[in-house]
Amino acid sequence: MTTARIAPSLRRRLVIRLLAIAGILAVILFVAVRFSAETASETTLDAVLGVATASIADDLRSGESGARVSLPPETFSMLAAMGEERVFYRILIGETTLTGYADLPLPRDTPTAVAPVFYSRTYREADLRLAAVSRNLIIDGLPVTALVIVGQTREGQRVIAQHLANRAALLGLLVFLLAIPASLVAATSLLRPLDRLAEAMTRRGPRDLRPVRHPVPEELAPLIGALNSFIARLKSTLAQTETFIAEAAHHIRTPLATLRSEVELALRLAKDEPMRQRLRRLLRTVDEGSRSAGQLLDHATVLYRAEQQAFARVDLGQLARGLVDRYRTTADLKDIRLHLDKPAGLLVVSGDAVLLEAALRNLIDNAIKYSSEESDIHITLSATAEIATFRCLDQGRGLDGAVADDLRVRFQRGSNVEDVVGSGLGLTIVAEAVEAMGGSFRLEARPSGGTAAILSLPLAPAELRTSDQTSGPVALTAQDTP
Amino acid sequence: MTHCSGQAEVRRWPCQHQLEQRPPTGRFIRLLLLLLVAACLPGSPTRAFEIEAERLFGNPGAATRIRVLSTTDIAVFAPVLDGFIAARPDIAVSYVVASSQEVFTAIDREKASFDVVISSAMDLQMKLANDGRARPLPDGILAGRPAWARWRDTLVAVAQEPAVLLIAREALDGGLPVPRSRRDVIALLRDHADRFRGRIGTYDPKVSGAGYLFATQDARLSETFWRLAEVMGRLDTKLYCCSANMIEAMLSGELLLAYNVLGSYSRKDDLYRDKIILVEPEDFTVTLLRTALIPQEAQRPAEGGAFLAYLLSPAGQSLVLEAAGLPLIDPRVYAEKPHLRPIRLDPGLLAQLDSLTRQGFLDEWQAAMDQP
Repeated sequence: MTTARIAPSLRRRLVIRLLAIAGILAVILFVAVRFSAETASETTLDAVLGVATASIADDLRSGESGARVSLPPETFSMLAAMGEERVFYRILIGETTLTGYADLPLPRDTPTAVAPVFYSRTYREADLRLAAVSRNLIIDGLPVTALVIVGQTREGQRVIAQHLANRAALLGLLVFLLAIPASLVAATSLLRPLDRLAEAMTRRGPRDLRPVRHPVPEELAPLIGALNSFIARLKSTLAQTETFIAEAAHHIRTPLATLRSEVELALRLAKDEPMRQRLRRLLRTVDEGSRSAGQLLDHATVLYRAEQQAFARVDLGQLARGLVDRYRTTADLKDIRLHLDKPAGLLVVSGDAVLLEAALRNLIDNAIKYSSEESDIHITLSATAEIATFRCLDQGRGLDGAVADDLRVRFQRGSNVEDVVGSGLGLTIVAEAVEAMGGSFRLEARPSGGTAAILSLPLAPAELRTSDQTSGPVALTAQDTP
Repeated sequence: MTHCSGQAEVRRWPCQHQLEQRPPTGRFIRLLLLLLVAACLPGSPTRAFEIEAERLFGNPGAATRIRVLSTTDIAVFAPVLDGFIAARPDIAVSYVVASSQEVFTAIDREKASFDVVISSAMDLQMKLANDGRARPLPDGILAGRPAWARWRDTLVAVAQEPAVLLIAREALDGGLPVPRSRRDVIALLRDHADRFRGRIGTYDPKVSGAGYLFATQDARLSETFWRLAEVMGRLDTKLYCCSANMIEAMLSGELLLAYNVLGSYSRKDDLYRDKIILVEPEDFTVTLLRTALIPQEAQRPAEGGAFLAYLLSPAGQSLVLEAAGLPLIDPRVYAEKPHLRPIRLDPGLLAQLDSLTRQGFLDEWQAAMDQP
């Protein structure tokens, strides 16, 4: 099986993207809080500064010698209160500085008495927020314009805004950290349908070509649709091939039967010994071909039924008993003794009776075929809590060192079979039938010579319950010998 | 750039020090030294601010010398300075005394290079700090300072001084009660106008920065101040530049009552205790904070900081209390004497420093003094 090229994991991609979004949101939160905190506090502080400036402007009055003003210390204290700010002021009459810091920057726009102008400047190495208010006065009978400018540093505000923004950033970071497990959970739950689908596909047997009926999210529907149509095409191709093989085998079998009877007739009539010899060889070849065709048909049936997966409860004991009775005649011809040991009760497995029969038949047939005359074949059935096991033990020629797995390959036969008619499909049929029913099959060489074919099948659920109640493996109590 | 103004010995020293510290290793260094010497020469003959006294404390050959500009008399501050040079023999202190206005001028206009500036004129010190003429104080100095005894990280109070009322015992002849508040003083002066006429003294706010500060604080805190001013004006009150002069006049018998005298100076001399009663008015007693800062032009800000740290340490503060007679910066003082009102150390002081505002206030004051 070839593996597809692996692109970066969906889960990792999802997590990275979610984390990136959370990170961006945290940064946005920090900037937004910083900005809004600064704006809000600046608006408030501007209002205070504006009122303070206006109140100083209100205090401006004409005196005997020019304008007079009395700066309120409380106002200055208040302006400086938040974070010990520095305070600067300047009062101008016309273009002339009346009092205060003569180099304090002027506003760009000319303010009015009702609306102060606010502006920011750097002055004496400090960032100032300034408010300017203008007012009209009459000094010595002449109208003049007075301009009052008050500036303050805003370090306290900055500290508070920074503090708020830091808290927001901390919150953002917390959200970011919480987003890590959350996005992991989200990614996992998002990918769960995919996992489930993968699991369901993995669980399928090798011959399971049913369309996928697993519920999938909308987004995966096209994939499943494509997969199902692929499966359908595969299935139809397989079916065509199998049908073709079955048809072919069937069509060969009939002429082979005719040919056989013709050869038998010719053998009976032939007087010449070399001719009889040839005809016997021909008869043997015809038998071989006919058997192969039978096996091919059998194999096609197994494949078909395996795919149907139409399982029912089958009593393994009854099946084995029937087969042993059927093969007793064949065994007797070679003086082979067939023994059947099975437990007293039912041994119900879940499976297809035809498949099971084909598997057991092939095993018993093989055992008889490869056993020498005057030997014993022991067929035993046993059960543990969940598994029913069928064993077929012969005293034949054994495996001659062949690996059991090789013998299961189609048309592969052992190295010590030259005198026996066979197609090489028997063990393939057994293996495929057993696998279709969820069981296992293996061949072992017996220490005393001969072969042990061991076939295990899961017990049907009802049987499981029964054996649970009796607690433990079903005891082999009854002996059933021929 | 080395700034070499001040007294002769002080002036010589930084230039010498520069020579020793940086041996001429190249043409560039030599050129630099030439420039330094050139900078030193024209600086010496002119000095725009006037100093009253100067003394060097500590070993003249000490590795480091700091310059302290202060409004406090050498005699008052000497024990504290002696304590400092005993604790730090490696530092010599050149202590220069000038009036508060001269101190302000020296730092604000002359940009004189002093390492520590201590002044009782809170408003001028506040203006220096507000205008960015002071450096941030070294770490640790402000730790544990109460908020009312510092401003930002540039200004720190080193002592506080209540403005008190002095009254001669003979003025109370005839079993008169000791006045406890301004209201009592007003009543006393009204009832015995003849006795006190011409024998009342107070600061002249036009001349004295401290006097102006006390007067404006009084006016801020209570309306009684203006009534008192009017009463004092009617009784031909004499105006003084300094507390010391007022105390002298009290001792000589020239004055019977002195209003707003710096208490610390009064407490020093036991002799006049027999003649004079010291009253802290119970309605409120304005308390001045003596503040210190390190100016931008400081040559040795770290050592200046060390001096301030000593001044504020328990050892330094006990010397301030016992030897110099200045009350401690201690919140407990206010718990024991709830009538004490420290002048708020914040830019509110700038408002009163404004020339127009000041003129307006002084006009009012003059009107109160010039009673028919």
